[in-house]
Amino acid sequence: MSRIEKVNDFVVRFANVNGTGSASANNLFAMAIYRMGVPVTPKNIFPSNIQGLPTWFEVRVSGRGYLARRGGIDLTVAVNGQTLVQDYNEVLPGGYFLYDSTKRLPDDCRRSDLNVIAIPLTQLCNDAFTDARLRQLLKNIIYIGALARLLNIDHAVLTSAINSQFAKKPQLAESNLQALEIGYTYAGEHFDGACGLRVEPLPTRGEAILMDGNSALALGAIYAGATVAGWYPITPSTTVVEAFERYANRYRIEADTGRKRFAIIQAEDELAAIGIAIGASWNGARAFTATSGPGLSLMAEFLGLAYYAEIPVVLMDIQRAGPSTGMPTRTQQSDVLDAAYASHGDTRHVLLFPCDPGECFEMAVDAFDLADRLQTPVIIMSDLDLGMNDHLSPPLTWDDSRRYDRGKVLDAAALDALATKWGRYLDVDGDGICYRTYPGTHPSKGAYFTRGTSHNEYSGYTEDNTIYRRGMERLARKWQTARALMPPAEETIRAAGASIGAVYYGTTAQAAAEAIDLLAAEGLQINMLRLKAFPFGPEVAAFIDRHDRILVIEQNRDGQMRLLLINEGDFPPAKLSSVVNFDGLPITAAIIVEQIRALLSSPDAGGGIETPGERP
Amino acid sequence: MTFVRPTFRHPQQPANALGYTRKDYEGLISTLCAGCGHDSISSAIIQACFEIPVEPHKVVKMSGIGCSSKTPAYYLDRSHGFNSVHGRMPSIATGANMANRDLIYLGVSGDGDTASIGMGQFIHVLRRDLNLTYVVMNNGCYGLTKGQDSATADRGSRSKKGVPNPFESIDLCEMAIQLGAGFVARSFSGDKQQLVPLLKAALLHQGVALIDVISPCVTFNNTSGSTKSYQYVRDHIEATGTFDFIPLRQEIVVEYDEGATQEVTMHDGSVIHLHKSISGVDVTSRRLALDLLEAERAQGRLLTGILFLDPDSEDTHSILKTSLTPLNHLTQDELCPGAAALDEINQRFR
Repeated sequence: MSRIEKVNDFVVRFANVNGTGSASANNLFAMAIYRMGVPVTPKNIFPSNIQGLPTWFEVRVSGRGYLARRGGIDLTVAVNGQTLVQDYNEVLPGGYFLYDSTKRLPDDCRRSDLNVIAIPLTQLCNDAFTDARLRQLLKNIIYIGALARLLNIDHAVLTSAINSQFAKKPQLAESNLQALEIGYTYAGEHFDGACGLRVEPLPTRGEAILMDGNSALALGAIYAGATVAGWYPITPSTTVVEAFERYANRYRIEADTGRKRFAIIQAEDELAAIGIAIGASWNGARAFTATSGPGLSLMAEFLGLAYYAEIPVVLMDIQRAGPSTGMPTRTQQSDVLDAAYASHGDTRHVLLFPCDPGECFEMAVDAFDLADRLQTPVIIMSDLDLGMNDHLSPPLTWDDSRRYDRGKVLDAAALDALATKWGRYLDVDGDGICYRTYPGTHPSKGAYFTRGTSHNEYSGYTEDNTIYRRGMERLARKWQTARALMPPAEETIRAAGASIGAVYYGTTAQAAAEAIDLLAAEGLQINMLRLKAFPFGPEVAAFIDRHDRILVIEQNRDGQMRLLLINEGDFPPAKLSSVVNFDGLPITAAIIVEQIRALLSSPDAGGGIETPGERP
Repeated sequence: MTFVRPTFRHPQQPANALGYTRKDYEGLISTLCAGCGHDSISSAIIQACFEIPVEPHKVVKMSGIGCSSKTPAYYLDRSHGFNSVHGRMPSIATGANMANRDLIYLGVSGDGDTASIGMGQFIHVLRRDLNLTYVVMNNGCYGLTKGQDSATADRGSRSKKGVPNPFESIDLCEMAIQLGAGFVARSFSGDKQQLVPLLKAALLHQGVALIDVISPCVTFNNTSGSTKSYQYVRDHIEATGTFDFIPLRQEIVVEYDEGATQEVTMHDGSVIHLHKSISGVDVTSRRLALDLLEAERAQGRLLTGILFLDPDSEDTHSILKTSLTPLNHLTQDELCPGAAALDEINQRFR
């Protein structure tokens, strides 16, 4: 019998039924490993459903700190009868299959290369607990207890996690601890030494946090001083606004009156959601909305208005698998082109690409400053994987000396001090950005009429072709100004003379870096460029020009970032090749390595939109 | 055609209590068709704001798209204006209002902008009870695209091509009452006597105030041989005796006694019976208001005046319990929790 023997380097998959409370048990497992100082990556692979459908939770444990999804399952905890056979078949040879043996394994589960760990979870649970509702939840804790024993997870870490989770409900803590103990004891008595996977504590945790990206975005909005949120519920962005409300209720309540220093409006649709954010921003509050692909499609109309009427607004796009409704609970980076050019007419929008929660926070704060400075929409391009899964990340940081940049806004005194006639769309500084005023500022100066129709420098309606063109050219000039304000792409030169460069962004970063490590071990050196924003800074063209071949790694079918680079950078298309994953699961290093090998073994493989499967 | 407005004003124009003259509430010269009902509404808005009085720069004027939505350019030059996109004025108004509760929000819209493309936003701004005066300049047709029927055109009413509208019409006031709007009124652009006080009341109402103003479109009903021709309408008006003869370039004005019923033939040929709210009616009862609207409608009459008024209505800010300080006045120190709080937050994720 083969056995996988690994320390701090394996993948555990939990196969559950959704709506049974498994998520909190599985998170407890991930948290315990994190607290032992071992880098951990939990991924919730869940259905677009509330109760009764299969859901999986994958936890990668990597002592070396690789945080991407790995693929391949070393140990499965199978408690969902619907998928039991599938789960059984998907474990790697030599892996482990822990299942609820209250019911016997189906006859077609006959692998000889698998180590089966049979624990009668339901039986154990029913023997110990009487409350039907609790039984369902505690069964999950029993398998966590068993895993703790099998994998050598610090018992004290788990018990303290449970105690803090149920600090306000000591009775529940007690049952949970009891369930943990039942699993732990059973595994010890029946399967001592049966598992070759082990977690060993590492001293390296440091300051890192384990957090979801949506909470970090919400905190960024709190710290940036956002007061108005318009939104419409849509997976996977909903938790951004829910977290915003939670933190606002903590940090934004007036001590003396109990009144709120924020307003959250759940709108009738995404059209209204962004309209609310734009209306509030226009009126001088910092405001945002959060959505996903289908919402972005609806928001295109207003994005065009905000671009043309030059109104700041922050939009957080938590991308999911499209097109159309697509796979609402699966991840992709497939809104790139739509976001970059959203709306009819000549439009371009500022995009930011965070890769972890720390950066979600930082970019959310930056987004509000950039939107105010540039008087235009700024779209933060997160995704379901980053937004809804916990990620190991550097802690969130805030410098108390940082002041908000509200951009070019004239108050009453500034209006009175003006020597020449003020024009809302008059570019007096030559950077394409004009001065704006908030309603109610001055009794007789600074009022203007905001419109999405063509306007002159004084915001008056015009159909004069020269004036119209002048306005559009100024917006192009503003775009050039934006270029210099973007966070620069992050370059990693691994070999000075390397001829191949990899370009990637957002949640592809971890898998790309791991893949490049794997290829380096084979002797192939690839330099790296992580994009952080659109418009691209000059460093992007410099990196691409310096290499003979560019691999653009991303999570969509058509290589949208590759197309955006070609479109904006004037690079020869054949020089840029796509490396993509678009099946809705987070990209892995193995997928990237395999595609890069195939690309490099084919002499003339250029870009194109063919799917990876069709490549030679 | 060139429009030149004389800049001369009477040197002793009376000032209101705030020291502003009527001129301070005016806007650019209208580019709508001569005789358009909307211009009468603009004028009523100017008059209402002057009379209340409000400080012009404390008003925010908003609109969607269409003939009606152009009008904010024609009044209140000292106010910030926002001509948004088609049917989306309510969401822009919602955001703006959330940002600064201390200003007065006046939204104007048309029947296409409200009852068709903007229906979703319209009904939800009512539900939210936003502190907004929502004026619908309702002419039953799409003017800027040359006269198509709108969703408020009455069934059987004839379009400029002589084809009776086959679809049921939407009664915005009935909807508004059902959806919980605290102030619902209907008026007629030619009835300044009624419209100005209605606007004043609406602007001062806390919460959403809808005024559905029937506002005739003079341009697309003038084809020869049509019952909607200028000639036909003029003849009909004369026949009813309720209008003075009005040349095309002037506004249509109708005046009548309190409590009287008035039959008015609109420019699209449909007949409207206008009469004031019947005295003694309890406008604070939602159910009675709906009953009365339906009863009058069944008789082919269009009820005007205040239809429903909820004296206890709460606006969005009061529902949400937002700060009495406008949110856009809050400083960074009041909004940003700071580095120490962030350290604590980080600790909760370890």
